[in-house]
Amino acid sequence: MDAILLQVLNGLDKGGAYALIALGLTLVFGTLGVVNFAHGALFMMGAFVAVSVQNLLTISMKVRDTSITFFEAYKETPYLEVWFGDVGTTIIDYSVPISILIAIPIMLLIGLAMERGLIRHFYKRDHADQILVTFGLAIVLQEIIKANFGANPIPQSAPDIVAGSAAVGALIGAEGIVYPWWRLIYLAFSLVVIGGVFAFLQFTTFGMVVRAGMYDRTMVGLLGINIERRFTIVFGLAAVVAGLAGVMYTPILPPDYHMGMDFLVLSFVVVVVGGMGSLGGAVAAGFLLGILQSFFSMNEVKEILPGIDQIIIYLVAVAILLIRPRGLMGKD
Amino acid sequence: MQSIVESSRTRDTFTLLIFIAVVLTAPIWGEFIGAGYPDLLQKFAIFGLFAIGYNILFGLTGYLSFGHAAFLGVGSYATVWSFKLLSMNAIPAVIFAVALSAIFAVVIGYLSLRRSGIYFSILTLAFAQMSYNMAYSVLTPITNGETGLQLKSSDPRVLDAALGVEPKAVPLADLFGITLNGYAGFYFCAAILILGFWLSMKIFRSPFGMKLVAIKSNQTRMEFTGFSPRPYLLTAFVISGVYAGLAGSLMAIVDPLAGAERMQWTASGEVVLMTILGGVGTLFGPILGAATIKYFENIFSAINNQVLESAYSFMPEWLSDIAILLTRPFVGEGWHLMLGVLFMAIIIFLPGGIIEGVRRIGGIFKKSKQIEEDA
Amino acid sequence: MSKRHVLSIAGVNKTFGGLKALTDINLNIEEGKTHAIIGPNGAGKSTLLNTCIGRLKPDNGTITFEGTDLTGGNMTPHGINQLGVSRVFQTPEIFPDLTLLQNVMIPAFAKRDGAFSFNIFKGLREEKQLRDEAMHLLEDFEMQNLAHVHAGSLSRGNKRRLELAMCLIQHPKLLLLDEPTAGMARHDTNRTIDLLKKIKERGMTKVIIEHDMHVVFSLADRISVLAQGAIIAEGTPDEIKGHPKVREAYLGTAEI
Repeated sequence: MDAILLQVLNGLDKGGAYALIALGLTLVFGTLGVVNFAHGALFMMGAFVAVSVQNLLTISMKVRDTSITFFEAYKETPYLEVWFGDVGTTIIDYSVPISILIAIPIMLLIGLAMERGLIRHFYKRDHADQILVTFGLAIVLQEIIKANFGANPIPQSAPDIVAGSAAVGALIGAEGIVYPWWRLIYLAFSLVVIGGVFAFLQFTTFGMVVRAGMYDRTMVGLLGINIERRFTIVFGLAAVVAGLAGVMYTPILPPDYHMGMDFLVLSFVVVVVGGMGSLGGAVAAGFLLGILQSFFSMNEVKEILPGIDQIIIYLVAVAILLIRPRGLMGKD
Repeated sequence: MQSIVESSRTRDTFTLLIFIAVVLTAPIWGEFIGAGYPDLLQKFAIFGLFAIGYNILFGLTGYLSFGHAAFLGVGSYATVWSFKLLSMNAIPAVIFAVALSAIFAVVIGYLSLRRSGIYFSILTLAFAQMSYNMAYSVLTPITNGETGLQLKSSDPRVLDAALGVEPKAVPLADLFGITLNGYAGFYFCAAILILGFWLSMKIFRSPFGMKLVAIKSNQTRMEFTGFSPRPYLLTAFVISGVYAGLAGSLMAIVDPLAGAERMQWTASGEVVLMTILGGVGTLFGPILGAATIKYFENIFSAINNQVLESAYSFMPEWLSDIAILLTRPFVGEGWHLMLGVLFMAIIIFLPGGIIEGVRRIGGIFKKSKQIEEDA
Repeated sequence: MSKRHVLSIAGVNKTFGGLKALTDINLNIEEGKTHAIIGPNGAGKSTLLNTCIGRLKPDNGTITFEGTDLTGGNMTPHGINQLGVSRVFQTPEIFPDLTLLQNVMIPAFAKRDGAFSFNIFKGLREEKQLRDEAMHLLEDFEMQNLAHVHAGSLSRGNKRRLELAMCLIQHPKLLLLDEPTAGMARHDTNRTIDLLKKIKERGMTKVIIEHDMHVVFSLADRISVLAQGAIIAEGTPDEIKGHPKVREAYLGTAEI
């Protein structure tokens, strides 16, 4: 029972990442009709915004190390600490949350640039061309990051205040079950973002137009609504969602240059399982598959079927595509 | 876009002979462009073969598969296992590789083709990733996981033992006594490439090939005209899968080891690029694209700072510094960046690839000639 | 005089969600005759055609073509075609990337070799007989000078003619035409009528769905009128011309 709860929680935060990426993918596919293979790269770039912010905050200078007395020793100390002492240390500690604020405008700009510069020229072209050009873009973005940040993962840490674990088990009477605070925060965060997106679509005029466009794009165009500008904004929104998912994920998984591609494959699988064009399906499938993957990486399971956790998501996807092609919640 | 060209028997025979001549004399003309050595020539042949096969599926039917790298891996593993269990002779290895990749392709093709368009692509993507993961961590007794499958002199090799062939200290593939490395290795690959080209030409000029193009052109009409598209698509898929398996086999023949990275879905991206760069759906496009990519990969990967500096040495220092800054990301390790940019440029500006580019240039000359004649 | 029924539609119903598209359709098409199905927009004409051709499955009822049930579970569009049913679409469906000659050769291959054949051993240029047959048909349609042009560059009228040629080369027993003159200018329409009259002489059975009354009255031997998913009248062109129910369906009132 304890182990099950642990696995469910384990799966939920990874599932949250899948859900967020899949949400953006579905938004873009459902509204713009574009298959965007560079979406995983947006996730990765969000993560590297966090890395950059951390790098910026920790620009250091040599400061005399007073603790070593028998010779002149220097240690690298961040400017922020030198100038602001403890406040500086706190700021550095909170680099990930600070990155969230910085990531929003940056990812928005990137998304807008991507849409206006590239994506909009591919609305009329067939899916294969869209896949290929965005695939190329994903490789370019990936290589740029690799060139600038190196090939090794760059660990990021959560703020100290949440570095520990929560006694989650206590809530259900199972003492001893602990779960890292940050991962719970991630889960909550992803639910908030998902909720925000749905609320936006449901309760704003803009959202209503987007939903109409997802349902029947030609019609919306014929109604004289400037669909182009809305497409740009939707794409920007999707980019922000993916980027934020990436930023927040950095303490959980040290960012590296190919995390975009890794998550992309899984995200497409999630979208397909959920039903292409269904936002609810993408989210539901994201969480479900995250939990599923988590369960199958339990040691007990791995003993019987080694390596099953790697392929279980694909097996499910294949099964769904063959048995129920429209996915869990898809239309037609 | 002209895919099915009406051509005469003489013209086709002529084309084939020219192709054979060009391929067989490659070590000679290759020297003049710095591509005359065996390693690179082998790569031309192997990836050319891979691309030709891929083009039969993607070029003719338009179905975009990300899974063909899996067949590459299957061919490699099958070959190495043949070397370990049967003989160092290349023939049983090739047979084994073809058989195994065909079976694999039938299974994956049958399942993936139950859907079309983007669902098909995602299915192949899923299968490729699955195969990669299985090779990496699940089927490690067969694939030796991360380390890759290698040969040992202590391998059984029952056929060799039965025929009294002596095991060597360093096992190398051979063809009845001729060791298949260096130029010999290249010629073996070239022979199979020529065979592969001939078969693809046959397909392009046949009713079967025309029907594949028809499926791409209007699948609905095909169905209502009395054709069942599925068997055609599956056949094309399996054929291209076998080409890939063969290419993987050749890889392991000239360099007897097999690794899992070959099977990643992103490796499939490379063959897509080759096909498109050369000219998707054309007869010569794939091999042109493959040769071009491998040739420039060879050049660009080797460029480092010193090379750049000496190249720009004729400029004043401030200018050469800027030049180095701009070109540095695209060379050496940055070759993949170059590849990505090239990929995007082709899809955006010249989707028909090199072949289309040549046609357009030819068109300009024709036009100016026309104007001259009219004047 | 054969009153053989080539196509028999009996008790067919079809519902989409809450909409009853077809209600208890009973229709018999006689061999060699041209039967037109007319009716206002939304009457269910295309739905009916799609059930005949295998694109839709009716909720109940049977559609029998020369004794074979077309609504059976394993009836595919290509299966139905192989039985001898050919169809022309509202928007001409041809192969834009192939030449006209190749466009006409493809259906010929289907007729000769069946739903699947792996013929790579004989080149295209060696299929002389099939080529000649295709060329003759193009000559009949006066399009032989366009034989090596890409079908995608044709005018709509020519695409329609090409599509008809593609159907005819299969010598179908039943030809289904879904608004063949839709979107055509007057002279194109007349040309199409002449073409269809020519085919009429060869004794082929045709079912035409049409809006254009001129076309209908020029070609049809029998007319069925569909309104709101049900057949409200059936008879010869003269009978239909004066039929009060038909007038009501089109104009809204029984009074004139």
